[in-house]
Amino acid sequence: MKKNSLWLCGLVVLLLLGLAAGCAKKQAQAPQPPSPANKNLILSSTTDVQDTGLMDVLIPMFQTQTGYVVKPIYNGSGQAIALGAKGEADVLITHAPSAEKPDVDNGDFINYQLLMHNSYVVVGPPDDPAKIKGLSATDSFKKIAAAKAVFVSRGDNSGTNIEEKALWKQAGITPSGSWYLNAGQGMAPTLLLASQKTGYTLTDLSTYLAQQKNLQLDILVQGDKALTNIYHVMQVNPAKFSKVNADGAKAFVDFMLNPNTQKVIADFGKDKYGQPLYYADAVKSGS
Amino acid sequence: MSVIGDGMIQAGRLLISGDPEVLRITWRTLQITGTATLISVVIGVPVGVALALRKFFGRLLMVSAVNFGMGLPPVVVGLFVWLLLFRYGPLGWLDLLYTPGAMIIAEVIIAFPVVAGFTLAAIQTINPKMRFQILALGANRWQFLWLLLQEARLGLLAAVIAGFGSVISEVGAAMMVGGNIEGLTRVLTTTIDQEVSMGDFVLAMALSIILLLLTFIVTAILTWYQQHRRQPQ
Repeated sequence: MKKNSLWLCGLVVLLLLGLAAGCAKKQAQAPQPPSPANKNLILSSTTDVQDTGLMDVLIPMFQTQTGYVVKPIYNGSGQAIALGAKGEADVLITHAPSAEKPDVDNGDFINYQLLMHNSYVVVGPPDDPAKIKGLSATDSFKKIAAAKAVFVSRGDNSGTNIEEKALWKQAGITPSGSWYLNAGQGMAPTLLLASQKTGYTLTDLSTYLAQQKNLQLDILVQGDKALTNIYHVMQVNPAKFSKVNADGAKAFVDFMLNPNTQKVIADFGKDKYGQPLYYADAVKSGS
Repeated sequence: MSVIGDGMIQAGRLLISGDPEVLRITWRTLQITGTATLISVVIGVPVGVALALRKFFGRLLMVSAVNFGMGLPPVVVGLFVWLLLFRYGPLGWLDLLYTPGAMIIAEVIIAFPVVAGFTLAAIQTINPKMRFQILALGANRWQFLWLLLQEARLGLLAAVIAGFGSVISEVGAAMMVGGNIEGLTRVLTTTIDQEVSMGDFVLAMALSIILLLLTFIVTAILTWYQQHRRQPQ
C-alpha cells in the first residue's frame, strides 16, 4: 500500500516536472512573432485545396512564421483569377495554366511559380455503362458521348471545367443534349450530383478521395498525361494595383516554395488516404 | 438515413464536451446576427411607425418599397455589398470586406425591411379610434408613441422574430461578403456549407442541429416575452 502511494507520488511529481519543463521549453522556443506593417493578406484560391484540408494545415504555419493574417477566399480557379486580375486579392493559388497565362503575360500577376501537381481522373458508375475503363482521356470522352451516358460538368469556369472543355475539344466533340448536365457548382457538389444521377464526371483526384465515402463512383480513367493537374502560386502585381499587400504576397510565395512547406505538401493526406494528394514541384525546380 | 441519426449524436457530443471551436462559431453567429437584428430593429421600427402614422407624398411608393424589400434575394444583396466593398469599389476605403462588419451590413439590408414591414402592419392593425383616445387623454407625443408600441407589442415582437429568422438562416450573402474565414467570419451556416464540401456530412448535420437549437432558444425567449408579459394598464 505504502509502496503504491509512494510510486503514485513519484509519478505525479515527474508529470508535474515534465509539464513545467514543457512550458519552459515552449516559452523559451517561442520567439517574438514578427509583426508586419500591413498584416492583412487576401489569398484568392481554388476551392479544392480547402476541401482537402491542405490550407487548414499550411495557413496556420504561415501565420505563426510570419505574423501575417491570411484571409483565404475560395472559388473556382476562373473566379479566383478574376479577383486577382482586379487587384481584389494579394496572392493566388490556382490550377488553370491556360487561364492564368494571359494575366501573367499582361503583367497582372508576377512571381508566377510552379507549386505542385496531382492528377485528374474520370470517375463514373461502378458498372461503367459506356465501357470507358482503362481508356485514354479523350477516348473515354468519345465513348461517353457516343453512348449518351450521363456526364456532369462543373460548368463554372473552374480549373477542372477548363480542363474538361479542353478534353472535349481534343476529342472533337461539342457536348450537348440531355445526357450532358451542367452543374454550375464546386467539385464536391458536382461529384455528389454525378453519383446521384449515376453519371460520369472529371474530377481532381484529391477532392474525389476526400468525398469517396459519400459517392458511388469508381475511378475509371487515370494515369493519362493529358490529365495532369498543375497548381501555381503567384503575386498580384503591386505596380498595377497600389492597394495590394506586396510584402505579404512575396512572403506567402516564399513560404509556399520553402523546402519545409513543400515537404508538408508532399506528405499531406498520406496517413488518411494511404497515398499523397499532391506532388510538390518547387523542390525539383531547385528554388 | 444514418447521417441524420449520427449527426444528432455528434451534436449532443459536441455540446456536452463543449468543443471550443464549435462554441466559438456559435457565439460568433449569435454576436453577428444579434447585432444585425438589433440595428434592423433600431432602423426598421421607426420607419414602420412613420409609414403607418404619417401621411405624405410618395408614402404608397415607400410602403411598396418596404414590402418589396421583405422579399429581397439574399444572394443579390450579398453581390451588391460585395461589389461595393471591393478594394477598388465605391466603398473600398472602408476596408470592410471579409469582416464581421461587412456581414452585418448585408444582413441589416436583408432584415430591416422585414422589421419595418411587420411594424407597419402591426401599427396599422390598431383601431384608429384608439389613437384618438390616447391623445384625448392628454398624452404627449412620446407617451402617445410609447402607448401605441405597447398596444402593437404582439406584432412588433413578430417583427423582431422574423428579422432574426432571416439573418440567422442566411448563407449566400454571409459567404460572399464574409468569406467564411476561420476565427473571424466563420458562422454556423457557412461552416455547414463548407463541411458538406469537405464530405463530412455527419459534422454538417451536427452543426445544423446546433443551429436549429440556437434559433429555437432565441425565438422561444422572444415568444415568451411576446406572450407572457402583462400589459400595463
